[in-house]
Amino acid sequence: MAILPIKKFVFSKRIDPYFTGVYEAYKFTALFFREVFKRPFHLREVVNQSFEVGIKSLALISLTGFIVGIVFTKQSRPSLEDFGATSWLPSLIGIAIVRALGPLVTALICAGKVGSGIGAELGSMKVTEQIDAMEVSAINPFKYLVVTRVVATTLTIPVLSLFCSFVALYGSYVNVHSEETSSLVSFYQSAFSTISFLDIFSSVSKSLVYGFTIGMVGCYKGYNATQGTRGVGKAANQAVVLAMFLIFIEEVVIVQVANWIRYF
Amino acid sequence: MEKSRHIIIREEAVISIQGLYKSFGDLQVLKGIDFTLFKGENVAVLGKSGTGKSVLIKIIIGLLKPDRGTVNVLGQEVDQLERRELDTLRLRIGFSFQSSALYDSMSVYQNLAFPLTMNVKNLSQAAVGMAVEEVLEAVGLKNKIHEMPSDLSGGQRKRIGIARTLILKPEIMLYDEPTSGLDPITSAEIIDLINKVQQQYNTSSVIITHDLTCAKNTGDRIAILLEGRFLKIGTFDEVFATDDKQVKGFFNYNFIQ
Ligand SMILES: Nc1ncnc2c1ncn2[C@@H]1O[C@H](COP(=O)(O)OP(=O)(O)OP(=O)(O)O)[C@@H](O)[C@H]1O
Ligand SMILES: [Mg+2]
Repeated sequence: MAILPIKKFVFSKRIDPYFTGVYEAYKFTALFFREVFKRPFHLREVVNQSFEVGIKSLALISLTGFIVGIVFTKQSRPSLEDFGATSWLPSLIGIAIVRALGPLVTALICAGKVGSGIGAELGSMKVTEQIDAMEVSAINPFKYLVVTRVVATTLTIPVLSLFCSFVALYGSYVNVHSEETSSLVSFYQSAFSTISFLDIFSSVSKSLVYGFTIGMVGCYKGYNATQGTRGVGKAANQAVVLAMFLIFIEEVVIVQVANWIRYF
Repeated sequence: MEKSRHIIIREEAVISIQGLYKSFGDLQVLKGIDFTLFKGENVAVLGKSGTGKSVLIKIIIGLLKPDRGTVNVLGQEVDQLERRELDTLRLRIGFSFQSSALYDSMSVYQNLAFPLTMNVKNLSQAAVGMAVEEVLEAVGLKNKIHEMPSDLSGGQRKRIGIARTLILKPEIMLYDEPTSGLDPITSAEIIDLINKVQQQYNTSSVIITHDLTCAKNTGDRIAILLEGRFLKIGTFDEVFATDDKQVKGFFNYNFIQ
C-alpha cells in the first residue's frame, strides 16, 4: 500500500527509544497523579505495602545505620582531634547524619531492596498476564498495584530514614562512649542542639522525594516489562540502577535548594 | 463428553465483528475478520500457532485496540468506550487466559474472591465464601480452596482460572486454549466443564484451540483462522467436508499427532 517511503525514526532506531522512554515515563507519572486522588483508595493494600516496605527493610537499615554511625565517627575523630575539638563531634555527626547520610543511605538501601522487589513483582505479574487478568475482571491494575505501592514507599521511606538517622546517631554514640565517657542523653542533646527545624524538614522532604522515586521507578519498570523471565530480571535490575541514578540527581538539586533557602 | 442440545438464539448476536484489522509494527496479524457469535452459542476457533487467535479475543475484551473495523460486544463498540463503561462491559465477559494467569501471591480462595470483592461493594464474608464454594464446586476443585496456585497442576490451574471468571456470572466466555498442554483425560474434563458452563450459566462462548477433539465437542460452529482471516465457519461436518487443501491440512495435521 505504502508507495512513498515513510521516515520511521526521528534520529535512529537506537536513539529514538530513549526519548519515547522519557515521554512514556512522564505519562506514567502523570497518570499516577490523576489516579491517586480518585476513589477507590485501596487503603488496606496501601497499609499492606507500607508494612512490606517498612518492616522488611528495618533490620537492614538498622544495621547499616549503626555501622555508618560508628565508621563515620571513627573517621572524623582524627581530623577534629588535630584542632582539639573532639567535643564538637556530636554536633558534626548530627548534622551530617540528619542532613545527608540518613536519607541517602536509606534511599540507596531501599532502592536496592524495595525498588528491585517492586520491579520484579510487577514485572512477573506483567509477563504472566496477571495484570491483564486484573484488567479483564474490571479491576484497574494501575490503581491497585502502582498507586498503592508508590503511596506506600512515599510515606514509609521518610519514616525509615528518620529511624536510620536515630540508629546512626546511636552508633556514633557507641563509638564516642568507647573513647570518652559521655551519657547517651547529653550526646543526643548536643547532637540535636545544632540541628534546626529546616534540617529535619529538608531531610523529610528529601526522603519523600526518594520514596516516590523508588516506588515510581520500580512500578514503571515492572509494569512495562517484556520478554518473559528475562524481562523480569531486567526490570528489577533497571529499577535499581535508574532509581539510584535519579536519587543522586535529586540529592544534588535538593541540597542546592535547601542551601538557597537556608542562606536567603 | 458428547455435546448435548441447548438453545441458540440466532436473531441475537452477542459479539459482532466487521472488517477487523490489527498489526504490530510491520507484522500484519488480523486482516479483515468478520464474525458473529449468537446468544447461547459456542464457537470453536481453530488455527495454527501465531495466527492471531489470542489477539482476536484480546481485542474483543478491549485489552488490545483494533487498527480498523468495528467490534461490537453486547451492543457496545468496545474500542469507543470510556474506562468506566468498559469495566461495566467486562463484568459481563469472562476471559480464561492461555496461561491461566492466576495471582500467584494469593491462595485459590483469594484468587476467586478478589474479582468479587473488588467489584461488588459491601459483600459479607459469608456471601463471598458461598460464591467461592459454588464456583469451585462447578469446576470440581473444592478440596483445593486453601492451596497456592504454584501447588496446583496445569489442568487444575486452568480450571481455577475458569472458576475465577465464572464468579462474576458472565454472559460471554472467552477461552484461550483451555486444553493446551493437557493429557487427553484432563482435556476431556475441561471440555465437559466448558459444556457444563454453557448450560448451567447460559453463556455464549468463543473457544480458541488447536485441538480438534475439543473443537468438535465444544463448538456448535467451528471457525478456521488462517493468515489473518476466517477461512471457513460452519458446523464441524460442514467445515471438514470441504476439499479445501488448507482446511484438510489442518485436519490431517491433528490426526498425525
Ligand atoms: N503485544 C504484542 N506485541 C507485538 N506482537 C504481538 C503482540 N501480541 C501478539 N503479537 C504477535 O501477533 C501474532 C499472533 O499472536 P497470538 O498470540 O494471537 O497467536 P496465537 O494464534 O494465539 O498463537 P498460539 O496458538 O501459539 O497461542 C504473533 O506473531 C505474535 O508475535
Ligand atoms: Mg494464543
